[in-house]
Amino acid sequence: MIRFENVGLRYGMGAEVLRDVTFHIAPKSLQFLTGPSGAGKTSLIRLMFLALRPTRGLITMFGRDTARIPKSDLPALRRRIGVVFQDFRLLEHLTTYENVALPLRVTGVDEAKYRSDVVELLKWVGLGDRMHVLPPVLSGGEKQRAAIARALIAQPEILLADEPTGNVDPPLARRLLRLFTELNKLGTSVVIATHDINLMNQVDARRIVLHDGRLDIYD
Amino acid sequence: MTDAEDSAREETAAPEPEKKDAGSAPKRRGARERLKKKKRAPEFRDAAPIVPPATVAGNALAIVIAIMSFLACLTVGAVTVVHDASRDWQGDIAREVTVQIRPVDGVDMTSQIEKAIAIAEGTPGIATAHALSDKETKALLEPWLGAGLDLDALPVPRLVRVELNDPVGADIPGLKKAIADNVPGGSLDDHSAWTRQLTAMAQTMVVGGFIILGLVLTAMVLSVVFATRAAMAGNRDVIEVLHLVGAEDGFIAGEFQRHFLLLGLKGGAAGGAAAIVAFAAMTLLRRQAPGTAAFDQLEALLGQTGIGALGYVAALGIVFVVAVLTALTSRLAVRRTLAAME
Repeated sequence: MIRFENVGLRYGMGAEVLRDVTFHIAPKSLQFLTGPSGAGKTSLIRLMFLALRPTRGLITMFGRDTARIPKSDLPALRRRIGVVFQDFRLLEHLTTYENVALPLRVTGVDEAKYRSDVVELLKWVGLGDRMHVLPPVLSGGEKQRAAIARALIAQPEILLADEPTGNVDPPLARRLLRLFTELNKLGTSVVIATHDINLMNQVDARRIVLHDGRLDIYD
Repeated sequence: MTDAEDSAREETAAPEPEKKDAGSAPKRRGARERLKKKKRAPEFRDAAPIVPPATVAGNALAIVIAIMSFLACLTVGAVTVVHDASRDWQGDIAREVTVQIRPVDGVDMTSQIEKAIAIAEGTPGIATAHALSDKETKALLEPWLGAGLDLDALPVPRLVRVELNDPVGADIPGLKKAIADNVPGGSLDDHSAWTRQLTAMAQTMVVGGFIILGLVLTAMVLSVVFATRAAMAGNRDVIEVLHLVGAEDGFIAGEFQRHFLLLGLKGGAAGGAAAIVAFAAMTLLRRQAPGTAAFDQLEALLGQTGIGALGYVAALGIVFVVAVLTALTSRLAVRRTLAAME
């Protein structure tokens, strides 16, 4: 699904933040991406989401070499990937419902066709009674769930979550983790970037460990 | 997503409000959803614009567009006035030619005048021909030679005014030749030199007007480009999120374009309305204040027509062009900026 081969990344003329990174994300797999702060987790997530281009190496996504993908094809490719950011990235002037519906709205689909799907998903993540409020009114956990719902609404083949439990209390973190594992059982590949050891210990999953820009895999 | 949610719902520790839904048969819940949706419908507002209107430099740009549209409308109005006036000048002059008879020693002026009138009236396409009376000739010369002029004491050329009823079919070259051949000292002036000068002047003014129009619209387009870039810089986070959820560049450009089309319509309509009010006020003033020196001069030059229907139609056209130009410019500016991003 996503394959990295000897990928290196540097910002400007600085030192390489990722060095010789090689791994493969298989379809329907669940894995943690972990490592200390500053190890390059977010950069790796951004590479997997095509928001960055590698300085060297080969990245293949859904069987296509990303270096050869024209810019006009990126939106269609990004719709196959759901991303949850640590800072949520919700649009403050749109309601929870509108934020979650955004990936469908940008495809030009008529709202009547997706409204019930969005409402149902919002209920599934526990935001059924918060769908008409603006993000500033939501708690950190609610924002996180809204961001997750937005990443899932277009039924992506792979979900990338960057510190999805970084802003929530442990019980909610467990609940979100369960949400991810359920999603994975339903066939979506899931990559969870986290440095929370307790969270990782709750699920028996593959761990991709980044340290000083290098990568180790513990199956 | 429905299947996914159904099975996930049962195993996921869903938050409180959903627990009562867990385990319901999908079909039954589907029906209940529809019922609930009907009840809940009023809570769904019309989708808010993805680019918040407050982040687009609204009022300032609308005022700039209004001023530019106003100037563009005035320019177009002036061009139509000059164009109409030049057409009238050409029409008036082409409907009339003048026979000039210079005094020649030993030739009786009166008989020459009569001969010239007879030749003119015998030419096809000529309506009437009559000589300027002594009084008219004196009046014509008074500004230069003063009152109390004795026409017999000076070798003053006499004029015969020939009116054409068919300016196209009239045999002007034939008349010219007949006058030259049969009337000693006689010549025909068809005012072509004067017409050419007037036409050239009017055309220069029209071309100048279009150049000014072009400059005004260019300045407006550049203002829109700057405003679009500023709006994009202010909405960088929105653009990032739109990219994140897989929005095409065309969709993002469309979201910005909507705002600018509205701004263009607002500004253009305000400027166009102001120009139409100005046109009407000018026409009214000319009707209200006849006889003043300035208006007499203006009327002598431009005629009675003032700003005609064409001027008003052109003003409406400018409003439309300004709105479309604003929207297209912002769209292009967004697409160029997006292409440069990444």
